Amino acid sequence: MSLLLPGVHVPVDSPVHRLDPRLKMVVALVLMALPFAAPGVMSSLLLVAAIVAIARLSAAPLRALLGTLRTVFWLGLFMFFFYFFTTPGQPLLAWRGVAVTWEGTVRGAVQIYRLCLLVIISSLLTFTTSPGQLAQGLEASLRPLSRVGVPIRELALVLTIALRFVPTLVDQVDKITKAQRARGADFHSWKPWQRVKAWVPIFVPIFVAAFRRADDLATAMEARGFRGARRRTHLRELSLTREDLVAAIVVVITVLVVLTVDRSPNLGARPHLGPAALTAAQPTQHRALEDDSCY
Amino acid sequence: MESLSHIFAAGTPLRREALRDVNFRVETGERVGIAGHTGSGKSTLVQLLAGLLKPTAGQVLLDGVPAHGHNTTARDRRRRMGMGFQYPEDQIFEGTVFREVAFGPRNAGLKGKELQARVTWALGMVGLDADTVMERVPYTLSGGETRRVALASTIALQPEVLILDEPTAGLDPRGRDELLTQIGDWHTRTDLTLIVVSHDLTVLARTVDRVIVLRGGRVSASGPVRHVLSGTATLRESGLDPLPSVLLLEQVRAGGASVRIDRFLPEEAAAEIARALEAGTRSHVTRRESA
Repeated sequence: MSLLLPGVHVPVDSPVHRLDPRLKMVVALVLMALPFAAPGVMSSLLLVAAIVAIARLSAAPLRALLGTLRTVFWLGLFMFFFYFFTTPGQPLLAWRGVAVTWEGTVRGAVQIYRLCLLVIISSLLTFTTSPGQLAQGLEASLRPLSRVGVPIRELALVLTIALRFVPTLVDQVDKITKAQRARGADFHSWKPWQRVKAWVPIFVPIFVAAFRRADDLATAMEARGFRGARRRTHLRELSLTREDLVAAIVVVITVLVVLTVDRSPNLGARPHLGPAALTAAQPTQHRALEDDSCY
Repeated sequence: MESLSHIFAAGTPLRREALRDVNFRVETGERVGIAGHTGSGKSTLVQLLAGLLKPTAGQVLLDGVPAHGHNTTARDRRRRMGMGFQYPEDQIFEGTVFREVAFGPRNAGLKGKELQARVTWALGMVGLDADTVMERVPYTLSGGETRRVALASTIALQPEVLILDEPTAGLDPRGRDELLTQIGDWHTRTDLTLIVVSHDLTVLARTVDRVIVLRGGRVSASGPVRHVLSGTATLRESGLDPLPSVLLLEQVRAGGASVRIDRFLPEEAAAEIARALEAGTRSHVTRRESA
């Protein structure tokens, strides 16, 4: 595969790979929430440093990791310009009634920063955690819900199977695309309708193959004695180790530092210099920032 | 067209370096086989040839023009090369056999009667009766029939160069022989250039004139089919099973009879052994008489 996508697992051995998937999922969630909870300059720098450190530890190829950002390029650009043009405040440039403001630039940049972190953190999680582990971790974390009748085990199974077949589908799309291209299909036409139509010869075979594969898989599972997901045991039971504990402590300390660093007086924000300034000096604006961050 | 020649020179270090410094040239009307063990780079090579992959280094030229790219010339080049993929039945998407086979020619601008004729021709090429299958739904056909429909849809482009990647994988021996005969017939009737990829040497023995053996992304042997397929040692090194008939002929030779190893098509081998046996019996008889 020539392109590393978010969601692809890189099966190498590293301290991060060996951690308990439940821990990693919780940490990922916390790290994703941090840029929203602590939007200051210092805390942001610290957070980025922490993520870079995790990335180094995980032996994830850094370029590939940054490459995953390509998938949200257009979304990021759109978000940036949305804030860029719509945020009222001190005008930097005004042209025919469209005003570009300092505040808009900053807010746009902050949104991009958050988006990038979300992508990087989730990519790191999938880079270092196999789909199976992810599903097992999810199952373990959501087990309490099964008491109220949510079929957690079945959901976890569905999730595992879905994740398992992502690479297969990617390969299949690749092959079919080439096959149709060899038959003169044109995927690079300038006419939009032509471009849309060009996808029909790809998606139909993919769906047919997917249904056939699902059928085969069901047969294969039944042939091996699968009878519903109930009362199944795992080959590897999850258990927290000393490393997990150490990692958890390190993460908790980092999170506390990140949360408090901008509030401490000696590291206080300088006025009008960035998102820290906005949050420290104008608490109302800070709240507004928080509110519309659920893009 | 005169003196049409295809110069292929490809060397591509993909991330896992699928191919390295592969150079060869295929002349018009030639039948070339590409053999190699799983993972030797066969499929990468043919996709490069068909212009579906862009080489990381080196070039694939068709009449001196690069084959890959998104522009119109490149697409026209690609139309001159037909590529039959491994398990081509996966590419079927239309509701009827006719529309499926017509997809390629239609993309090339064929319409109406011409299109109809082309589809009928292509189905005939793969040994299907056009009138009975034309309106059927491809998914209701049998495995062998589906394979033929898929191949017909490639052939329907009337390519000058036909590339087939494991065309007989998953077919029963009879279906395989029929298919190979039909491809051979087409080749003799036109000046089609044929490139067949297979790890199964029995397929290549019947269909091609020249064989290129790949091993770990490099050419490990190349030459006339009779020469390459007789070299059991090189083939084994490249992870290929020599033809059973070649092994048999080797055994016969080791037993003291003089046979030609490169007469490896089953009927040839049989004749060769019969000849050797006859000669052997005769010498045996003479020895007895003299005793």
